[in-house]
Amino acid sequence: MAASPDGQISLRGVTKVFPGHEGHADVHALGPVDLDVMRGELFTVVGPSGCGKSTLLDVLAGLTSVTSGHATFEGSELAGQVPDGIGAVFQQDASFFWLTVWDNVAFGLRRRGTAAREIARRVDQALAFMGLTGFAKAFPAQLSGGMRQRVCIARTLVLEPKVLLLDEPFGALDQQTRLLMGDELLRIWRETGATVVLITHALDEAAMLSDRVAVMSARPGRFIDIVTTGWPRTRDSRIVSDPRFGAITARLWEKLREESLRAMKAPETSEDGK
Amino acid sequence: MKSTRFDFLLLLAGLMLLWQLVHWLVGPDVLSSPWATIRRAAELIATSTFRDHADATATAFGIAAVISIAGGIAIGLWLGLRRFAGDVADPILGTLYSIPKITLYPIILLIFGLGVSAKIAFGVIHGVFPIAIFTMNAVRNVAPVYHRTARVLRLTPLGAAVTIMAPAALPEILAGIRVGVALTLLGVLIGELFASTSGLGFALIRAMDVHAVTDIMAITLVLFVFAACVNALLRFVERRARHGG
Repeated sequence: MAASPDGQISLRGVTKVFPGHEGHADVHALGPVDLDVMRGELFTVVGPSGCGKSTLLDVLAGLTSVTSGHATFEGSELAGQVPDGIGAVFQQDASFFWLTVWDNVAFGLRRRGTAAREIARRVDQALAFMGLTGFAKAFPAQLSGGMRQRVCIARTLVLEPKVLLLDEPFGALDQQTRLLMGDELLRIWRETGATVVLITHALDEAAMLSDRVAVMSARPGRFIDIVTTGWPRTRDSRIVSDPRFGAITARLWEKLREESLRAMKAPETSEDGK
Repeated sequence: MKSTRFDFLLLLAGLMLLWQLVHWLVGPDVLSSPWATIRRAAELIATSTFRDHADATATAFGIAAVISIAGGIAIGLWLGLRRFAGDVADPILGTLYSIPKITLYPIILLIFGLGVSAKIAFGVIHGVFPIAIFTMNAVRNVAPVYHRTARVLRLTPLGAAVTIMAPAALPEILAGIRVGVALTLLGVLIGELFASTSGLGFALIRAMDVHAVTDIMAITLVLFVFAACVNALLRFVERRARHGG
């Protein structure tokens, strides 16, 4: 199968098998999967816990090499190294506690040797964009979990990624904060024009935010359904009152319910905490 | 609730009161009063004999602390970065840390003789293991998400080590240094107590021989204040490195 022309990230027959250690069997985590993430779309992956969602994200980011098949980003092979233009934010707090918010956001630019004046301009802009201007001199420990996650997003956005990968970035936050961060994510997606790939286990989040939602099977993770929501580009969390929102969530749950039951009966191996 | 300077003074006053009460209870032959002890300490500090002893202890402690810190960090980094070596060394270090090292003192005396080097060596074997263990764990326990973040930010392994892993591990390493330095002082003093010809530990044992209770208490007070100051300083540095995290 040839890569579709619009696919910014393309997976063809991708599998990922983790070799077993000390007598344990190999773990077939993913695939085979075929996928085209389109330029500028907001694509979400939902699936039961332990289904290989995080492994998929690692493949999309180039953090891990594939066991078989091909993974490409803008036409070049993703070979276990993160290419320029891909940014990622993880569920765990990755803010640097030893740096101020400002220095956290400036970190990537400094490592790239960007000129000081340019760094200052872009960091100030990213802080303003994420509503962090008043916290520039604060250390992460002085901020709430939601604010720290904003710092991580700002640190990624300041590098102007073409693709933003988000691995359950709101998973550790309370429900209200999650909804507001969802709105925030829609705004980021609209205003930066970046492609966003979101991994989540929250169906409402997936139905509310996405252009397309992929449902993954229990391990080894495959796509069992891809739902196109048809939402307008300008949307926010109030879309939950749209009757179609209920229909989409119901369809996702219909597919996921069976897989979640299967995943629950499977031997427990967590994909978290990597 | 954050402790304030007032809390600290309150604690100090409470301890002084307790000390005074125990003094009344057991009598001056066993425990001198706070006031008499402080006065005696001030007198002692003014004498050149005391200062010579203090110099001897400070020198041995200073050198031992530097060796403990440098050695402990070097061992800890090496073991922390090599998983297999760390797995092998972990129980060995734990055992070495927990054995009563005083049993090794005769051997150390035979190797180094009855001088400053024996005291230094004894301080180092007390201090180096906790620093090595803390450092090894600090390196191993850097949050996995930092490793992934370093790769997403496209850092080289060296760049990641210097700009992310080192500052992330620093607070734990400093905690190890705080524990290790306290134990180094303990080791040096024990060395002086058991076999030496100079130092505050030696002065303490001499005072015990002649049952000079106020002298014993005064020397102990000086050592206590010194140890508390070193600990407070290291705690301050550690807290700065944590940035409240």
